[in-house]
Amino acid sequence: MSETTLNGIAGHMPKFIRRADPAVLTAFACIVLLLFVGSLYSRSFLSPEYLLQQLKVASFLGVIATGMMLVVLLGQIDLSVPWAVAAGAMMACAAAAYGPVGVALAIPFGILCGVGIGIVNGIGVAYLRIPSMIITLATNAVAQGLMVVYTGGYSPQDSATGAMRYLATGFIIPGVPNAVIIWALIGAAMVFVLTRTGFGRTVYGIGNRERAAYLSGIDTRRVVMIAFAVSGGLSAFGGVLLAGYASKAAQSMGDAYLLPSIAAVVLGGTSILGGRGSYLGTVAGVILITLLQSILSVMQMPEAGRQIIYGVVIVAMLLLYGRAPASR
Amino acid sequence: MNGAVPLFRMEGISKRYGGVRALEQAELTVEAGSIHAVLGENGAGKSTLIKVMAGVVAPDEGRMMLDGHEVTFASPGAANKAGIVCIFQELSLVPELSVADNIVISDPPTRFGMIDRKAQRRIAEEALARAGAADIHPLALVKDLPLSRRQMVEIAKALARKPRILILDEATSALTATDVSKIFGVLKRLRSEGLALLYISHRMNEIAELADQCTVFRNGRNVASYPAGSKSDNEVVELMIGREYSHIFPAKPPPVAATTAPVLEARKLSWTDRLDNISLSVRAGEVVGLGGLDGQGQRELLLAFFGVLRGLSGQILIDGKPVSIASPSKAREDGIGMALIPEDRKTEGLMLPMTVRENLSFAALDRLSKAGIIDRVTEQRLIDDMVGLLAIKTAGLDIPVGALSGGNQQKVVIAKWLMRQPRIILLNDPTRGIDVGTKQELYQLMRKLADAGAAILFYSTDYDELIGCCDRVLVLYDGAVKRELVGAEITERALISSALNIHESTMSQGADA
Amino acid sequence: MKDWRYWLAEQRGTLLALGIFIVMFIIYTANHPAGFTANVVQTASNKGVLLAFVAMAQTLVVITAGIDLSVGMIFLLTNCLASWLVVGTPTQTALGVIAVLAVGLLCGAINGAIVIYGRLQPIVATIATGAVYYGVGLLLRPFPGGSVNEDLADALTGRVFGVVPASLVVLLAVVLVVWVPFSRSVLGRAAYAAGSSETAAYMSGVPIRRGKFAAYALAGLLAAIGGLFLTFFTYTGDAAYASGNAYTLFSIASVVLGGVSLFGGKGSAIGAIFGALAFRTIGDLLFVFDFDPLWQPLFQGVILLVAVSLGAFALFRVRNRLEWFL
Repeated sequence: MSETTLNGIAGHMPKFIRRADPAVLTAFACIVLLLFVGSLYSRSFLSPEYLLQQLKVASFLGVIATGMMLVVLLGQIDLSVPWAVAAGAMMACAAAAYGPVGVALAIPFGILCGVGIGIVNGIGVAYLRIPSMIITLATNAVAQGLMVVYTGGYSPQDSATGAMRYLATGFIIPGVPNAVIIWALIGAAMVFVLTRTGFGRTVYGIGNRERAAYLSGIDTRRVVMIAFAVSGGLSAFGGVLLAGYASKAAQSMGDAYLLPSIAAVVLGGTSILGGRGSYLGTVAGVILITLLQSILSVMQMPEAGRQIIYGVVIVAMLLLYGRAPASR
Repeated sequence: MNGAVPLFRMEGISKRYGGVRALEQAELTVEAGSIHAVLGENGAGKSTLIKVMAGVVAPDEGRMMLDGHEVTFASPGAANKAGIVCIFQELSLVPELSVADNIVISDPPTRFGMIDRKAQRRIAEEALARAGAADIHPLALVKDLPLSRRQMVEIAKALARKPRILILDEATSALTATDVSKIFGVLKRLRSEGLALLYISHRMNEIAELADQCTVFRNGRNVASYPAGSKSDNEVVELMIGREYSHIFPAKPPPVAATTAPVLEARKLSWTDRLDNISLSVRAGEVVGLGGLDGQGQRELLLAFFGVLRGLSGQILIDGKPVSIASPSKAREDGIGMALIPEDRKTEGLMLPMTVRENLSFAALDRLSKAGIIDRVTEQRLIDDMVGLLAIKTAGLDIPVGALSGGNQQKVVIAKWLMRQPRIILLNDPTRGIDVGTKQELYQLMRKLADAGAAILFYSTDYDELIGCCDRVLVLYDGAVKRELVGAEITERALISSALNIHESTMSQGADA
Repeated sequence: MKDWRYWLAEQRGTLLALGIFIVMFIIYTANHPAGFTANVVQTASNKGVLLAFVAMAQTLVVITAGIDLSVGMIFLLTNCLASWLVVGTPTQTALGVIAVLAVGLLCGAINGAIVIYGRLQPIVATIATGAVYYGVGLLLRPFPGGSVNEDLADALTGRVFGVVPASLVVLLAVVLVVWVPFSRSVLGRAAYAAGSSETAAYMSGVPIRRGKFAAYALAGLLAAIGGLFLTFFTYTGDAAYASGNAYTLFSIASVVLGGVSLFGGKGSAIGAIFGALAFRTIGDLLFVFDFDPLWQPLFQGVILLVAVSLGAFALFRVRNRLEWFL
């Protein structure tokens, strides 16, 4: 098809661009476009303070989308993000109520709750072969049920620990928010895992063809299980950071992260069918989504309009480059 | 029959997939009231030819004429409407629907816009009866039927469409002997009713019994057309492969001493209705072939060794010690050291979109890693060794393996396992759909590996390969080992007669028991 | 085997769902303070029917081996729309109903077009369109409100001859007018065939695309009927995000309980209806046993988890591990 012409043109480009996925390039191009549109609305849009603030907001989504990406690379999906986020936040805050030990263990405990949700997902997908879409919806419902029972249906009264606030809002390096550093660290770890480790190769392999991976002697079920556990853990960690940011947890705090995390991953060029995608793309997707949200709020777009624009942008971009090949 | 205008004619048909030419200026003429056999090696273009005829793929160039008028088919449905119906090798039945639903699927009878179930039932029963399969209940779900019954449904479904041209692509491969003879009766009757039948088969005896006209394909072209019976089998085989085939196999070494302890041994392996009490052994340095018609349990046997099948009864022994292999990851472990070159390299052997490098190291990631991190230097060295050893032709290690030719893809599948230096190598029809040159290299490689001490179990659908490569051949029929051929006993005649000579084996069954 | 045995095998999922529903409903009414009265049945059926319509919608898409994560949002959108349009004189009301149904059909058709002709994965596509439908709903009803023709509403949520809940009659009518013709039509069969094996269906010259498109579009229509009923039931329009999500989720639970295979090609909307009624009854059991309503979300979640895990038992019959990887 057009691959040959594309390669022909690409041959004249620098190596790093030639190797990049067109989807990633498109996503970055859209970021530039959004920044341009934004700067028309407000001068301060291009100021370093504002951009850094955006990066900070993006880092919460970035942490959550990292886990989502791992699962999507396997050709699966994690729809338990909303309540994994909420459970992580609520449980971390809840632990803080149990004296100094609780405060110290708040963050790991919150993450562990997310890992637990992820493990249930992983067992369902890997060992019981339940479609991930279904089992993760179910665990999401169970997690919600547990949280509703625990909190009595109200926003929990416990507030975030100092450590959580420090991670989300503090500055260990002057000028660079800690949340951004955390995202950078998690992102770097993810890039390393995906490109340098056997586990990463296996993830791509399973995403491409689990049958072939299995017949290559890989324990594919264990890999899938681990990926879901990591996704649950990262969602919960995102929740912990969000709780630190807002000083407390809230009932439906995770709802706003499901669609954006999936959108960030697929807009960044990761195939929803699995096996293809780079972390750089996810970074681009996360920033793109965050900027879009920011511009819509600068434009004082009501929630309804935001949802519509969101949905339309995602469908439009996927139609541009996320289509399955024609059958004939 | 010999009217001025043939019923159907294809001219100058070409079709490319990526860089591979599947058909190159192919021609074919089909007459009404005759059975036309199409022969050719795997990958000679037969399947593509049929797919073009049946509207499954669109040709790049060329034209087709029905009754002298040019036609094009946008879809299989369009071809069906024109009276061309194909029974595909891969079954085209919908598993969750009933037999009757399937038989009428392309054109169900309707009343007031809804499907008329009574009429549907009637049509299905008629069609099943015509195909000689009245024993199949029209309400049964297709997924609940055994493979041989499904194939009969497939034939009934084709007949229900009232075809003018009926194409059978390896349609008898899963059938029992009784069904085959029934089907032959049906086909002969259809011929006398004036249908044109296009018959694709690897089985020379079937072609000899049925065909009026034969066309041989090679490398995407029709190379010869002749009336059935006018050429000897040897001549036909030469037309198919285009050269003497006796030269292409490496010389066999003297047989491994029977006293040598076997590396791989099976004792009374049984699994569902597919494997029946199989015992065999393979020694180091031996190439043992698995023969027989396609689908007699050879694939299942290899999967059983490799830990894929559940509920296996009997014993598997490695170096004389019983082992339990519950997964491929166990099978490849050090104490066992097994490798399987699977049936379908595109879905089971490789991840096509991933790079050559990633595919090559995929089965050996544990060996290439320290603390989970891939040692790139070791990886590179081993990959270079393999690319050299197998002479894999690739534009680079970082291009998708899907861009390689079929033969080089298969080399990658083999190489990825050789990176673990396996002691036991199971090969499932590894030369299917690859070019003759690569085949030769693989034969040489197999012998080289055996000489270096590997125990090789080699299933092939190509009898010549079994003859040329194997020290011993076990012929399977209906999940059981029917005959073992050793050394000079391995001849085409012996292979075919033990694989096909069904009546003899049924007669002697009493004696066997 | 006799014909009836094949029929029984085919209907096993539906009959099982019916069985679960009957058992649950008996437990429910037996422990209900008011007992088995026309009132109790009416209330139960009104609640059950809402989910039943959304579950039917989900069934149509699931049969094609797809999924529609926007059904709950179409349900909300049409609810909001109905709270504007289904008012006034009988003629205006009728036109309003038609308009609401048409919008539902359009939403479904958009999903179908994006999935089938745009070749996007149903999950992502319908999550995204769901956001759009929710946004439109919110645009229509930023705050709960609006009204509905109360005569019509009361008639359709009341009782026929003082005994039979009118909502059940409507449900039956929809089954007869939408589901039965679809399932027995050539397009319906195409939807089943495409869900069971798209390759085989294509090879057999089945109109796959049209069949799948019809399924998605009709799913939108059925969700809109549900949305109408929600309006009749509550007299208002309310774009409640959580409620839309819950209906999507419960529709999947109902479909699974109703014996519809999530892998496509198998099951019936009638099974899904019983699945929906059973799911609702199980959820309401908590009330008759005087449990704290706080436990309801957890209880429903666990039912869902158990329901989807049940299908996994087939796994233990798989003798060839390669069948795990379809």
